[in-house]
Amino acid sequence: MIRLMTTTATEPTAAGSLPGSRGFDELPRLMGLMTGDEKHGPAATSTLDALWVLYDQVLRVSPATAADPDRDRFLLSKGHGPMAYYAVLAAKGFFPTDWLPGFGTYDSPLGHHPDRMLVPGVEIGSGSLGHGLPLAVGTALGLRAQGRTGPAVWVLIGDAELDEGSNHEALAFAGPAGLDRLHTLVIDNSSATHGWRGGIASRFEAAGWSAATVDGRDHRALYEAFRTPHPGRPHAVVARVEPKAPTRQPAPARAA
Amino acid sequence: MDTMRERFAAVTSRLLDEDPRLAVVLADIGVDGFADAARRHPERVVNVGIREQLLVGVGGGLALAGLRPVLHTFASFLVERPFEQLKLDFGHQGTGGVLVSAGASYDWPSGGFTHMAPGDVALLDTLDDWTVHVPGHPDEAETLLREAAAAGDDKVYVRLSVQVNEVPRPVGGAGFDTVREGRRGVVVAVGPMLDNVLAATEGLDVTVLYATTVRPFDGRALRAAAGAAGSSDVVLVEPYLAGTSTRHANDALADRPHRVLGLGVGRRELRRYGQLAEHLAAHGLDPQGLRARITGFLGA
Repeated sequence: MIRLMTTTATEPTAAGSLPGSRGFDELPRLMGLMTGDEKHGPAATSTLDALWVLYDQVLRVSPATAADPDRDRFLLSKGHGPMAYYAVLAAKGFFPTDWLPGFGTYDSPLGHHPDRMLVPGVEIGSGSLGHGLPLAVGTALGLRAQGRTGPAVWVLIGDAELDEGSNHEALAFAGPAGLDRLHTLVIDNSSATHGWRGGIASRFEAAGWSAATVDGRDHRALYEAFRTPHPGRPHAVVARVEPKAPTRQPAPARAA
Repeated sequence: MDTMRERFAAVTSRLLDEDPRLAVVLADIGVDGFADAARRHPERVVNVGIREQLLVGVGGGLALAGLRPVLHTFASFLVERPFEQLKLDFGHQGTGGVLVSAGASYDWPSGGFTHMAPGDVALLDTLDDWTVHVPGHPDEAETLLREAAAAGDDKVYVRLSVQVNEVPRPVGGAGFDTVREGRRGVVVAVGPMLDNVLAATEGLDVTVLYATTVRPFDGRALRAAAGAAGSSDVVLVEPYLAGTSTRHANDALADRPHRVLGLGVGRRELRRYGQLAEHLAAHGLDPQGLRARITGFLGA
């Protein structure tokens, strides 16, 4: 597990300033520059490894192609705890790392939920749960309608976010629609109050998706799951990470 | 004569042939009207099933991909049910689209309250920068739908209804149209309310303005009409929730003493089925009910 370092923000930047020159090892320091959203700390670190593998090895998008209609799209639906997301975007050069310390302040474009109108490389404004997957379905349909079969569309949701019914509207449609450029990454840190009996992947598989469940801290396993071929079907990757809370509150007993 | 909904399907099907950027999203309502268009453009006519959150989310995603989405279902399921999707999946993303509703306030009275949406325009009023068209005739609906489809990335709501006026009027642009001129006050008739307003004000010395584009609200025309009439007594007659545009009329006349009476559909649930004419009468929007309230307010 990545341990967040609490080094001071004045530490000199070790890597050069060339876009894309920073590596995974630098992300904890970049995340440490952002303060004020500790409430969402577990939510932020749960996504770090999967985000890095996506941006470093899978997504065909860079600061130079951030407005290219044929770029791959990554939609962060679970807008809570975006520190890892901002750190990865900054490390990849989408915006300067010196934006990070302003996180959450009035004059900063970096809010505790991201806004696509403010942050280069951010594809959607999110924060209210359950919007990203429907938007991703529409984006995939729109690209297909324009004959743009190259770009992949990725959306990241959380296992608790999956509670929102809008996700189920979207995933039940996307399978039969054969949206094979659509990908959902579910970060599962066991935070859904009532859990997902039978597993999260089964929801996608039942709707006609390809699905894989992997260790969300294992970069090689993540990469292989991300690159698994899924002809004619959308693809879901469930990345399991350590539980948000050590013990889940038992569900209240119900009268028969 | 065809209905506004039939005209919508016919016109939008033609627009799909002409404009490769246009895409239609449906949620099992109105699908038959697009059957031919769906065969010609299977990638740009999408039926998501009975899923209204997805209807709007898909529309927002199409807009993010660079298309011009046209979304259609009953007003209650297009505006009320997925309202947060309208707020976030279009405006907050900086994108736009065209919403075309059917059902209006009580187009299907025997369907009951679940299919009535008198609050749709008031709800959209809580959001920034939505254009709202309320045509009063299928010909007007065609003009306004074409205008909406061609309006760049604007956010546009087109409210279709079964209730119509006998004859179409020239519409388009954004301004209110002067139908009658008088000196005892100004009555603004919105969309399908015009015929009843004209009948109600027959023989009265009042100005009647006709409004089909209600957002943005043409405050300049209202001010000019009040000035010409020499009276700042204004009656708004709207086919949706009473008082929806009262704030806009007040703002338009803020520089002078004025009075505004907002007539429209009441909030109270009638719990009645029946016919459209019975609901108009129950809400005081038939010619007799309108005349009584307009003359009472204006003393005309």
